[in-house]
Amino acid sequence: MNIKTALKGTVWGAVAGLALAPAAFAERGADGHVNIIYWQAPSTMNPYLSGGTKELEVGSLVLEPLARYDETGAMVPFLAESVPTVENGGVSADLTTVTWKLKEGLKWSDGSDLTSEDVKFTWEYCTSEGGGCAQSEKYNDVVSVETPDDLTVIVTFGVPKPFPYGPFVGAQAPIIQKAQFANCTGEAMASCTEQNFAPIGTGPFVVDEFKTNDVVSMSANPNYRDPMKPAFATATVKGGGDAAAAGRSVLETGEFDYAWNLQLAPDVLADMEAKGKGHLEVSFGTLVERIMVNFTDPNPALGDERATAAHPHPFLSDINVRKALSMAIDRELLVEIGYGAAGTVTCNVLPAPAIYASTANDGCMTQDIEGAKALLDEAGWVPGADGIREKDGVKLSLLYQTSTNAVRQDFQAIIKQWWNEIGVEVELRNIDSSVFFGGDAGSPDTFQKFYADLEMYANNFDGTDPEAYMANWECKQAPRPETQWQGNNMPRYCSEEYDALVAEMAKTGELNKRAELAKAMNDMLMQDYAIIPLVYRGRVSAASNTLGGVVMNSWDSELWNAADWYREK
Amino acid sequence: MLHYTIRRLLISIPTLLFISLVIFLLLDLAPGDPMASIPLTVPPEVKEKMREALGLGEPVHIRFLNWMYQFFVVEPQVLIDHIFGTGFAEGKQRIISFQSRSPVMAVVAERMPQTLWVVGLSYIFATLIAVPIGIVSAYRQYSWFDQLGTFISMIGFSIPTFFSGVLLIVVFSVILGWFPSIYDTTLEVTDWSSFLQQVKQMAMPVFVLTLYNAAQVSRFMRASMLDNLNQDYVRTARAKGMSERVVVLMHVLRNSMIPVVTVIALGVPNIFGGAIITEQVFQVNGLGQMLITAIYASDAPMVQTLTFIFAVLIVLFNLIADILYGILDPRIRYD
Repeated sequence: MNIKTALKGTVWGAVAGLALAPAAFAERGADGHVNIIYWQAPSTMNPYLSGGTKELEVGSLVLEPLARYDETGAMVPFLAESVPTVENGGVSADLTTVTWKLKEGLKWSDGSDLTSEDVKFTWEYCTSEGGGCAQSEKYNDVVSVETPDDLTVIVTFGVPKPFPYGPFVGAQAPIIQKAQFANCTGEAMASCTEQNFAPIGTGPFVVDEFKTNDVVSMSANPNYRDPMKPAFATATVKGGGDAAAAGRSVLETGEFDYAWNLQLAPDVLADMEAKGKGHLEVSFGTLVERIMVNFTDPNPALGDERATAAHPHPFLSDINVRKALSMAIDRELLVEIGYGAAGTVTCNVLPAPAIYASTANDGCMTQDIEGAKALLDEAGWVPGADGIREKDGVKLSLLYQTSTNAVRQDFQAIIKQWWNEIGVEVELRNIDSSVFFGGDAGSPDTFQKFYADLEMYANNFDGTDPEAYMANWECKQAPRPETQWQGNNMPRYCSEEYDALVAEMAKTGELNKRAELAKAMNDMLMQDYAIIPLVYRGRVSAASNTLGGVVMNSWDSELWNAADWYREK
Repeated sequence: MLHYTIRRLLISIPTLLFISLVIFLLLDLAPGDPMASIPLTVPPEVKEKMREALGLGEPVHIRFLNWMYQFFVVEPQVLIDHIFGTGFAEGKQRIISFQSRSPVMAVVAERMPQTLWVVGLSYIFATLIAVPIGIVSAYRQYSWFDQLGTFISMIGFSIPTFFSGVLLIVVFSVILGWFPSIYDTTLEVTDWSSFLQQVKQMAMPVFVLTLYNAAQVSRFMRASMLDNLNQDYVRTARAKGMSERVVVLMHVLRNSMIPVVTVIALGVPNIFGGAIITEQVFQVNGLGQMLITAIYASDAPMVQTLTFIFAVLIVLFNLIADILYGILDPRIRYD
């Protein structure tokens, strides 16, 4: 090497240093305090106990998984050295074992070493009997977790797993410390209040004080793996109030730096943002607001067989009716009144990640009232004396239910208007969400029972792999008395062809093939009009203009990169 | 009097037991599922396991007896342990919240300070302001002072706190920037500047609640004073040559206080109930906010415990009001 190249190297090094200036010059704790508001306050810091989004996200400031999803949905190693794949030998060829390598020198916030034992313990903790671990599904099919040395974890599944990133990946399945939680397994899980409120973690922050449903005070983790981070010495996560108050505190008064989940009317948000103290952060995951079509007859006269496959729906079993209902909807208007920048039109129930998104159904994007009328005429549904269409004595009169929520009630009212226009009578109903989404088999008002013709709600899936999500519409997933009305197949959709695709996906490992299968399933559901997608919903949060480094993420916790946040100077 | 008090206390025991049963059954019959707020991505089998872990699999009467045992035996033991450092409650199951899986009473204790500060202080202010306003308004009926007092109390009565609260926030936090719109429950008053900050953050919620409470009490006070001012004994007192000061403040006021004392005493349990709406608006996160979030989350043990504590306080303050009658008016004696 001559002097010239050596000099060049130095110059380039200096330039690179300048580019990274905010991060490079900042020291741990140099930027003081960061104020975060979660208007639904976290009840606990342990995501294994709660399952709620607010707990997962706030917990993610302290607890970390082996790998997270970044803002594009790609996996990035956090505690692991790298993400194991079949190509790099981390996943065995038969797709049954995964070998994770931990980064070297990782420490818990109390100064002790993080070892593979902690990872193994996390699995034992969540699957222990009687604990009611909220994330136990993430550990499905895991038969053993081995720890040949301090840095190696070998996860073995009982069945081939084409997507083996359930355990220890994402905000839902972080690693907890064995030493702290050793006596908290099984039924003792709930009684370990001290541990659950202040878990020892590897993340950028440490819990100083936790007040349930109120406020969490945190300070920088002295043993965080990057000695420069986090830039903030202390952090507060405040809860309480409502979304409007939270938005105001960031966008209008500037008291807070980051406000989570601002599901407010688009014009209200725009007014707040116009004050110039902060900006909205929007990102899209997989959440789709949809209408489920009931393929079975919810007539109360049927007694125990009400809303079961024994009785097909009197008119919704006609595809023309389902299609006409979908055609009559102006999805763009729905987005405009309900979500603004936080929503887009979708014609798919599986809208993302990009490789899974189908374009075969995009015809739904434009409203076609006349087409819908013509379709119904053609199918023999003709307007009766009262203007409501009927055929063989069956009237197109339907009950359309959803949970109580201002935006949903607006949607109901406007959709009802369009359907009236095409000669369909609509009765609206809204049910308190704690009942509607509660799984009480004794209640007639749950979304699983579906004692209505149509119902509207939103759903998504964790992470980026749609296999489990698409399996929701298998025949056997239909809620019915034999399953105590549990199951995710609300439309009671049942097609052998669809079930075959589900089975095939479960044994297909190659990504492009999986994408094809998922798309095919989505298209089947869409072209059968079993589900009428309405809006592809994003998450909206607000960040102060003085807060830097925020990368909004819908695939993992929103606070996933809080270690990189800093104060704009 | 003592005899009466003891008898009343004994009668209240079956009353309270009955109330606790009614609350429990109402909560049990009410629809709602503590798992409803968990994302749909968590499968139903897992939710079922979680429900079992919460003890929801047990039959109703077992759950009720459990709660009774926990409330009347375990929790007092915990309190005794806490004060004297003993170990009576060791290893015993306390009342656990469904949301946080932490002992309900610990959360109550955590929430008590901000509720007492904000709601309690506003109640004291309201009483201190309302009683003199009521007296002067009645004594100078239809004067400009009375008209103004009536006008302000009508405003206090008719404008709901969710409106006046947000209005204050918009004016004093957003536009003027004088006060914080969000209450900081972690603030500890250690020196002059933190005290000032505490005053600042309490200013708006206390004002909203004071206006609301003062409106009610001042109207009662005024009406009661007016009733008494025209009584014969007032004329007699004046005829005896007593000064107006003595007539109004000794004779009339004492007699007029009887109905007002009831209103004030029965309002005290509401302090502990917190101010649900005002606490939400200003994020005070006291007992009221805790109750409403527990209701939303179908957190039965927490709702049950809180409502029962309110029931106890209401019964207790009813008794206190009755005893105060006897002190204010010697003719009312219960023995």
